[in-house]
Amino acid sequence: MKNLVILGAGTAGTMMANHLVRVLPPEKWQITIVDQYKTHYYQPGFLFLPFDLYKPKQVKKKGKKFIPKGVRYINEKIERIFPDENRVELESQELSYDILIIATGSKIYPEEVEGMKGPMWHKNIFDFYTYEGALALRNYLREWQGGKLVVHISEMPIKCPVAPLEFAFLADDYFKRKGMRDKVDITFVTPLDGAFTKPRATKALHYLLETKHIKEVPNFDIERVDYEHNKIIDYADREVEYDLLVTVPPNLGDAVIERSGMGDDMNYVPTDKATLQSKAYENVFVIGDASNLPASKAGSVAHFEAEILTENIQRYIKGQPLKKEFDGHANCFIETGGGKALLIDFNYTHEPVEGTFPLPGVGPLTLLKESRTNHLGKLAFRWIYWNLLLPGRHIPLVTATMSEAGKHFETKES
Amino acid sequence: MEKVIANIPVKVNEQGYLLDFSQWNEDIARELAREKGIVLTDEHWRIIRYLQEKHKADEPLSIRGIKKSGIIPIKEFYRLFPGGPLKVASLIAGIPKPKSCL
Repeated sequence: MKNLVILGAGTAGTMMANHLVRVLPPEKWQITIVDQYKTHYYQPGFLFLPFDLYKPKQVKKKGKKFIPKGVRYINEKIERIFPDENRVELESQELSYDILIIATGSKIYPEEVEGMKGPMWHKNIFDFYTYEGALALRNYLREWQGGKLVVHISEMPIKCPVAPLEFAFLADDYFKRKGMRDKVDITFVTPLDGAFTKPRATKALHYLLETKHIKEVPNFDIERVDYEHNKIIDYADREVEYDLLVTVPPNLGDAVIERSGMGDDMNYVPTDKATLQSKAYENVFVIGDASNLPASKAGSVAHFEAEILTENIQRYIKGQPLKKEFDGHANCFIETGGGKALLIDFNYTHEPVEGTFPLPGVGPLTLLKESRTNHLGKLAFRWIYWNLLLPGRHIPLVTATMSEAGKHFETKES
Repeated sequence: MEKVIANIPVKVNEQGYLLDFSQWNEDIARELAREKGIVLTDEHWRIIRYLQEKHKADEPLSIRGIKKSGIIPIKEFYRLFPGGPLKVASLIAGIPKPKSCL
């Protein structure tokens, strides 16, 4: 009997368990999936929690529900991977493997910025990338009387890179609905050149910031949070004052990757960007946020990767050359407030452009353009996530590699 | 698009980043630095070489990576390449602008 071990039962790991149990013969392969937590969170929903748009129970379910029969599910902390010895040490046992899939994701590390995770953490400094953070922020916002709201990104890369911008848009909408928009000043602070950095997206979307009266502070590399005087300070000694700081702390790969000596500067595992095989070990594959791929850290990316990785695992077992197929395809809804949303579709080499999706010329979704249908698409996605995506069922019409049909390409980015 | 830098025609993108690293040389770097108001010293060159090596090894560049590598304190990095050191230094080094989303 051979062993395939999946580390992490988040979006990527759960999808892989579901895909592989269908294609690997059970008499030859034992599939095991390990995760220390018993709860599976719908992370895209964390964006809606602070604004009372989703209820807590809509974003969490028992992880076990999504692990298929025939797959061994272990709820234990992963202590260390020994890739030279093909084994993984858990809290109370050891697993040896023939093939390892790393799906340990990425997490926020507010302690990486001086003063961020200090006495004011979850008092007037919040994250919304954790269930706890989003919920604490919801409770704070319910009572908040207004003032300076600063929405802040510490450093790139981050999970779901558009989420902070969506947060700013939804905040604008939320305070309007509460009749207190005039009491709130919204500033978007980013280490990038601006809220949008690609030329096409800037041209198509910059009006959103203007019409919503959201100020931009670009090129801000945070050095520390001065929580006593409510300001953030960058390396060039610039200061931005806040009454309420909603920050995206540094995102790093899981600490187990560092403990195992398998990560880069950010604890992400160096991975071949077309095959998803780890660069250092041929029987170790990486999927989702845990890899160092120059793709977005987003569930849609993991979804597209899963189809290609399933194929490559089978090829690896048969000793065939791996398919170099992954193109960095990502597909994200962007909430813009007021019941509208945008949709973007892009990959390693193509920036987001206008067009229709998934059917060329038909839609019904519009790319890089606000619409109500897109918003409905985003809401429908929660159902799709729990019912199609996690169980590894194919989502109709959506392909793993990006389709160029129905999209208005002019230039290819280099 | 094409731009003539230090009398050499090179391919650049809209933001002035070189599209083909093989076209880069030290004269081009000096000229790009001059456009940013920077006179390159040994310390600048040390950082430029470091960034180029990282780029060749396909390792993504970030302020965090620079900090962790201990190659230079971040405050000093800002002093050498004012106004977004990683973006400015990458431009002068002839390597792509560090990746972002949209």
